[in-house]
Amino acid sequence: MQRDRATTIFEKGAPGRRAFVAPKLDVPEVDRDSVLPPRFRRDAAARLPEVSEPELVRHYVKLSRRNFDLDTGFYPLGSCTMKHNPRLHERVAALPGHSRLHPLQSPERSQGALELMYNLERALGEVSGLPHVSLQPSAGSHGELAGVLLTRAFHEDRGQTRHKVLTPDTAHGTNPATVTMAGFEVVKVGTNPDGGVDLDDLRAKADEDVACLMLTNPNTLGVFDPNITEIAKIVHDVGATLYYDGANLNAIMGKARPGDMGFDIVHFNLHKSFTQPHGGGGPGSGPIAVSERMRPYLMNPRIVKQDDGVFDLDDHGYEKSIGRLRGFQGNYGCFVRSYAYICSLGADGLTDASETAVLNANYLLAKLKEHGVADKLPLAFGDLCMHEFVLSGSPMKKDLGIKTLDLAKRLLDHGYHPPTVYFPLLVDEALLVEPTETETKETLDGFAEAIAQILAEAGDDPLIAQNAPYTTPVRRMDEAAAAKRPIIRQPLGDAA
Amino acid sequence: MTQYTAVTDADLAEMLSAIGVSSIQELFDRQIPADVRLGRSLDLPAGLPEQEVYAHLRALAAGNVSAEDEITFLGAGMYDHYVPAVIDMLLGRSEFLTPYTPYQPEVSQGNLQAMFEYQTAISELTGLPVSNASVYEGPSAVASAGYLARLANGKPKFVVSRGLHPHSRETLQTYAHGFGAEIVEVPLRDGVTDPEAWAAAIDGETGAVFFQQPNFLGAVEDATALASAAKDSPAVVVGQYDPIPLGVLKPPGECGVDVCVGEGQTLGNRLDFGGPSFGFFAATEAYLRRMPGRIAGETVDADGRRGFVLTLQTREQHIRREKATSNICTAQALNALAGVVYLTWLGKQGLVDLGELLLQRTHYAREQLVALDGVEALHSQPVVREFALSLPGCDVASVIRRCQDEGVNPGYALGRDYDELPDGLLVALTEQRSKADIDRLVEVLGAAVAAERTAVGASA
Repeated sequence: MQRDRATTIFEKGAPGRRAFVAPKLDVPEVDRDSVLPPRFRRDAAARLPEVSEPELVRHYVKLSRRNFDLDTGFYPLGSCTMKHNPRLHERVAALPGHSRLHPLQSPERSQGALELMYNLERALGEVSGLPHVSLQPSAGSHGELAGVLLTRAFHEDRGQTRHKVLTPDTAHGTNPATVTMAGFEVVKVGTNPDGGVDLDDLRAKADEDVACLMLTNPNTLGVFDPNITEIAKIVHDVGATLYYDGANLNAIMGKARPGDMGFDIVHFNLHKSFTQPHGGGGPGSGPIAVSERMRPYLMNPRIVKQDDGVFDLDDHGYEKSIGRLRGFQGNYGCFVRSYAYICSLGADGLTDASETAVLNANYLLAKLKEHGVADKLPLAFGDLCMHEFVLSGSPMKKDLGIKTLDLAKRLLDHGYHPPTVYFPLLVDEALLVEPTETETKETLDGFAEAIAQILAEAGDDPLIAQNAPYTTPVRRMDEAAAAKRPIIRQPLGDAA
Repeated sequence: MTQYTAVTDADLAEMLSAIGVSSIQELFDRQIPADVRLGRSLDLPAGLPEQEVYAHLRALAAGNVSAEDEITFLGAGMYDHYVPAVIDMLLGRSEFLTPYTPYQPEVSQGNLQAMFEYQTAISELTGLPVSNASVYEGPSAVASAGYLARLANGKPKFVVSRGLHPHSRETLQTYAHGFGAEIVEVPLRDGVTDPEAWAAAIDGETGAVFFQQPNFLGAVEDATALASAAKDSPAVVVGQYDPIPLGVLKPPGECGVDVCVGEGQTLGNRLDFGGPSFGFFAATEAYLRRMPGRIAGETVDADGRRGFVLTLQTREQHIRREKATSNICTAQALNALAGVVYLTWLGKQGLVDLGELLLQRTHYAREQLVALDGVEALHSQPVVREFALSLPGCDVASVIRRCQDEGVNPGYALGRDYDELPDGLLVALTEQRSKADIDRLVEVLGAAVAAERTAVGASA
């Protein structure tokens, strides 16, 4: 990767340079002040960069070379499902009929798009076992917000005001944040020694003031909760809803369905299980699927297929809708990609993806044991795992003097992106590993060897890992300094 | 095995033996209780080879009439600007397309620096000192600004101009119902927010005020006056801005706006039937620690080398969970990258040139259209790129269909969102609509209105 000194685009170029040439003025020119009075006008131009197109291209290509990416390296990131992004998806999403389609184009002139969305809704409904789908939310966390607001509407419709939402201590951080944002109070539920929900704690906290329990299954420990049916019963008995955080859906496609487990609402992360490229942090897409009793509250507009086979968007399709969560119909470009993925794999392929993801995770776990690192990095819960597993770096820290963060940074020198570190919060020195189904056995073997090597090396000299990485464009960053005196934009001095 | 997986029979035998199970099924059977196992195949079609998937997706694309297929003047929140070729080339690079969120800064300097540059560009554009690294899109950015106000002052009332995009008003309403704020809507007068009603609606219980610039009817609002009406209240002044006209319009930071949000689609992003794009979010210094989403900051590494990291993360949900200032986890990094590349491509003078061109062509189009029989201006305010017409006595949907039959999409029927404007038509321009296109619109719309009036007269 590129190791030049970082200079921003604002430090390049020269006054007067440009990459854009405006179309020429082809209408009779009128006095500018008469079309826009001076009091509404900008006095000084925004100090945007002044560079030629070659400078622009070279700058951003150089920047790109300072990134690690999925197409060149392994990303065993727990809870984030960094699987291969098929390039077919980019090709079909770029077709002008999809990419240059205006969202307010009338339904009769958007039939292809509506059909695609309708088909995607049906597929997601089948995978989740919850038949009513809204594609609108822009990300998983946005889907969570939709789900919690649906829950609020559901209770309000019954004349109930409930204040609390339960979240396990293994939950994704977005769950509690969503709950607060939707005006509820967060109540934490504990975890039992097997890594599932502590049923006694749940029973103690599940009362008539609870609106919802938010859960992911398998959870962030990679554990499928064997008590899920009982959990659903406890929650439903107090009149609350059960919400499924779909971040871990990649483990169970075609094997088990949230709807069959008793969940009322599920969100999908299309960028995880359904291969939307992660883009360095977006775009994502977070459709939700719900049970029959939650259906009336879904977001409008609703896609409908009429008896004559013509598709339409109905602004009032859901009669007690919570409203709208964003502009237009959602991240359609993401729908095209995910739909293409579902078409490519079909029923058996999706099931195979989950089976292989679980196989790969368990194989990697076995391989680590084989290398004898289990005493330094033990599995936090259980003996098998679903699509991901959590190791605790606690003995490694005690015996070898290197923390999970040091191991992570040293992995960078071996050409691997580190697993998720320090999450879930309840495991000391947590290392959360998710290899996904698209990695080969050779890659998994190599990764296990790298971990073994780093631990062996740390036994000789812990400083090597403690000071890692060495081969990256920059070394360990002073994050404390960045937060203490934030510099969040390029200083440009006085206006030119 | 599928086209995206690679476990051969030999691999499988070795892997199962290493794990100590006899089959993949055993892995599931030992972990998932029998009563919740799906004992059948998913009810979905069989998988297809790549070329057949391509053909199917191409057929679906052909079922749409895109901006490529007609001369379109449809805007109302998303606009058919030209997307430069460099954007396709740069966003298509694996290193930008496929990386994860830059939580490991040592191997994410490309993305982190691009975020830093993006933040700088948005700050410059808006005249506000701080910007985050993007949120989902326009209307949810407006709603997130409402949540920021809720955290900042806890006041229960939001005052909202009817000139705010209908989607923004609806989204704000959805969010506000959750966190408990009430919305008071202020009507329009001659196309802009009624200044007296606006001032009268704002009081000590107002947590935030919201307007749009230019507003949904294309009219340039007196942003300075709207902001100043809130200065003696606790309200956070939120402006939703279209970034392209900021080449010529006074920046929100100079008008007294506290938080400027908006739809970033016009900055180098495709229409994509409504997304993905990005929402931008800029604010005065006072709101830095309450902003949603991610922020990149400059720092140094262990060797003193300049670099960038995600910073001020105590605002975010992976650290403070229920105390976070938003639940936004995935932003829109790739779309925001398109935004900064586009702004760089335009450059300092280009954004001004584009704004001036739009002003002139928009003025020309409005003049030509209102000269038609049966076509009137819906308001007399200055406009930059979009304007509202009124077609008295016409069924606007029918006029639009007549125009589309001639290959021209004349715009958006305002009656879809505004009951009080049943004969309104909203016409939008971009640099892709030349004088010849405008002249064609004038010809086609004139004929359509005339035909419609004849038809209505005949049936009356």
